[in-house]
Amino acid sequence: MTTERPPSQGRRLVALPATVWAAVALPFISIVLALLVGSIVILASEVIVPGHPFDVTLPVTAYAALFEGAFGGLDPIVNTIRAATPLVLAGLAVGLAFKAGLFNIGAQGQFLLGALGSVTVGVALNQASPFIAIPAALLAGMLAGAAWGFIPGFLKAISGAHEVVTTIMLNYVAVSVIAWAVSGPLDQPGSPSPITAQVGNAALPVIIGRNGHLGVLVALAAVLAVGWLLFRTTRGFEIRTVGANPDAARYAGMQPRLIVVLTMSLAGVLAGLAGATVVLGVTHYMMASFGTTVGFDSIAVALLGRSSPVGIVFAAILFGAMRAGAPLMQIQTGSLIPAELVDVLQATILLFLAAHEVIRHILKLRGVKAGLETTDTIARTYGRESV
Amino acid sequence: MTSDVQVTQAPALEMRGITKRYPGVLANAGISLDVRPGEIHALLGENGAGKTTLMNILYGLARPDAGEILVDGTPVEITSPHDAIAHRISMVHQHFMLVPVLSVSDNILLGEEPMAGPIFLDRARAHRRIRELGKTFGWEIDPDQRVESLSVGWQQRVEILKALYRNARILVLDEPTAVLTPQETKEIFAVLRRLRAEGYAIIFISHKLHEVLEIADRITVIRRGKVVGSRTPAATNEEDLAEMMVGREVNLTADRGTSHPGEVILRVEQVRVKDDRRSEVVQGVDLEVRSGEILGIAGVAGNGQDELVEAIVGLRRPSSGRIELAGRDVTHAGPRQRHRLGVGFVPADRHRFGLVLSFPLTDNFILTDYYEPPYARGIIRNEAAIDARARRGIRDYDVRTPSATVTTGTLSGGNQQKLIVAREFDGEQRLLVLDQPTRGLDVGSIEFIHGQTIAKRDAGTAILLVSAELDEVLELSDRIAVIYRGQIVAVRDGRTADKNEIGILMATGGSGASGSPSSPAA
Ligand SMILES: Nc1ncnc2c1ncn2[C@@H]1O[C@H](COP(=O)(O)OP(=O)(O)OP(=O)(O)O)[C@@H](O)[C@H]1O
Ligand SMILES: [Mg+2]
Repeated sequence: MTTERPPSQGRRLVALPATVWAAVALPFISIVLALLVGSIVILASEVIVPGHPFDVTLPVTAYAALFEGAFGGLDPIVNTIRAATPLVLAGLAVGLAFKAGLFNIGAQGQFLLGALGSVTVGVALNQASPFIAIPAALLAGMLAGAAWGFIPGFLKAISGAHEVVTTIMLNYVAVSVIAWAVSGPLDQPGSPSPITAQVGNAALPVIIGRNGHLGVLVALAAVLAVGWLLFRTTRGFEIRTVGANPDAARYAGMQPRLIVVLTMSLAGVLAGLAGATVVLGVTHYMMASFGTTVGFDSIAVALLGRSSPVGIVFAAILFGAMRAGAPLMQIQTGSLIPAELVDVLQATILLFLAAHEVIRHILKLRGVKAGLETTDTIARTYGRESV
Repeated sequence: MTSDVQVTQAPALEMRGITKRYPGVLANAGISLDVRPGEIHALLGENGAGKTTLMNILYGLARPDAGEILVDGTPVEITSPHDAIAHRISMVHQHFMLVPVLSVSDNILLGEEPMAGPIFLDRARAHRRIRELGKTFGWEIDPDQRVESLSVGWQQRVEILKALYRNARILVLDEPTAVLTPQETKEIFAVLRRLRAEGYAIIFISHKLHEVLEIADRITVIRRGKVVGSRTPAATNEEDLAEMMVGREVNLTADRGTSHPGEVILRVEQVRVKDDRRSEVVQGVDLEVRSGEILGIAGVAGNGQDELVEAIVGLRRPSSGRIELAGRDVTHAGPRQRHRLGVGFVPADRHRFGLVLSFPLTDNFILTDYYEPPYARGIIRNEAAIDARARRGIRDYDVRTPSATVTTGTLSGGNQQKLIVAREFDGEQRLLVLDQPTRGLDVGSIEFIHGQTIAKRDAGTAILLVSAELDEVLELSDRIAVIYRGQIVAVRDGRTADKNEIGILMATGGSGASGSPSSPAA
């Protein structure tokens, strides 16, 4: 072995692209492959739907419309940002938990509880000064989410109950809690169907375009905060150590159980904040059935972003763009391609990510970062006793 | 055992001019090596010399930048373990590659599943073959047993069976004896001799020079990625090999000098500890270690020493008994509290407790001190101080690495061990608990670590040393306690102890073992 002292500049320049490629190759390839699969689906649907001339270029038309709907002008861009905002926050909730070796499938439930918490306080303070109402409503969302994250963390710490199971169950409970709250205590008297009052002054102000609300700044602040926590603080070091090697964490004098509770609670804060930005920034009220899949999409976002705060931002923008561009795609293809194609794309990306070993093998990828630490985490922790 | 006929035989395997560069490291610089059928070729070299890298290239786990591999004289392309297996090359890795939660048979069959028809596994047939294969070596193998419940020695056997099950003719063993007891080593050697007689070509890596001299037909030494020479055992000796490896004369025995024991630092009273399977493996141990002395624990692996050590450092709760550190009762204190009282710990299983392999070296250097100044101010990490710490450790303990920020998993096994020792020996400790501190280290590093251990002792640290190497215990210890079935059966003076007697005590527990464990009179 020879330890070299290379001219530092020269090597950095060569090494950097290689490391970046190692990190992004798999997500990037998954996206490309998903788009290919998407085109096959588009072509196939042309064949299936009768009375339509076969157009080989339809996939290109569809994707172009998708892109235009997402980025072709200020309004589309704002729509993309609006869709990406909660995905960033909930994606962080999943990603942070992954860092601690936890699979937080409960982002959906934490999201819902966060929405409920902020709508409750928002409605109560809808006449108060925005400077009080907005922070109070956001805080309520964070706390409600935190509580919903704390429960599975606590259960895991005291009994080893696997968070995958408990968070899934809590997602169902969250749906019921919302249905009860919105049709019960929070119901606006006199409305035909259960619905809360408006959040009024607690609504997040519009800061870009026609309806780009303050939530995007909240999300960016959260990205910075999570990145700082993970990589600049001792707490983050504990979280990462517990995730990477719980035995070594014990050896180092850390307390894995406490870290599990803390991390799940923080994840709840983030997912709760996602719910808060949607209620306070977009809908301004809440219905008994709050139709959203943000909490589930965020799992894909965290996987695609490799649980890194920056990666999650890019993944969320991609997913947000698909949501934002989908309607235009449907219109420009004469409704031949429904907006739901986006779901197919997202699911396919996830599928390729999960099957990364296969991709690595078939494409003979070398020097590409192996597993998403995430899927390995699941394989490692599932069916094992507690930390 | 090698007959002259075999020497003239064509090599089963030939590696020519193998070169492999990792960022900042030339791990192999044009290495050529061959093995003939019926030959055991030993590979020696310092930690980080490039042995594992060379074998990884042979096994398709790494791609060489230059060079070629010939099997039976024909050049072959090996891009994956799959190719290697197809060329009948098999490998027992330095760090085992078994799936702990799977059964023995599943581990052996992984990637090589015997099919009965297109869908179903033919388990019955596979089980039969595994059992038969084991029997040929006198091993009673239960194919259904989970690998995690096996001792290291048996895991090693599973690794070997796995290699043979795939009809390998070329067998690579990377430090197979590092984790074995002397008895197990003997058994493995018997197996290797048999395989040699059957015409297997074997590459054997070890840092234990006496083993290499005992088993090898040919010894090749590499240093810093280059071959420095080849010898036959008849034409060399330990000193010569050590010098070839390290490039200087190595003192193979430590000079322990005289000790000046002070007050009692560690007191263990009637401690009982259960293992993971809840059977009591430490059954009422009494120990005392004084400042300025080394207490060595001699024992055949699996007699409770690992659990005892884990109880002493706070990783395992004793079911009864009392542990005192410098006069304070720490029986129920966690690892952090004990660490703060001045306990350093080198664990036997470096991958389980000692390191986070996916972290850079810097983070592993501060793994136990990360929350304290200067590495943290409040909860904020001080990267500059962390970096400086890592650099100091790398320099002082000669950890071979291109930089302090590479992933720890890329270090060679011995250099990972040096990192742990560098971390735990740093600063001032009241008590150092060393469980197999030199496992996987080259002779030069062992010399260095032994020197450091003695220096620590002379500076007043109490040292508890556990080692499967009886020679290491005999060489370093001021007192030797023999552990047998969870009890201390004898305590001897380290300078006058008789190796044979200790060996017998380790194996049998002595005559009066069952009743009263001898008191560890200081
Ligand atoms: N995947 C990798 N990435 C970067 N560097 C590596 C990698 N694998 C090995 N190296 C470097 O190559 C050198 C040779 O390592 P190798 O593991 O071959 O040593 P070794 O001779 O087996 O040592 P030991 O006796 O300690 O096991 C080391 O400096 C190591 O840091
Ligand atoms: Mg090695």
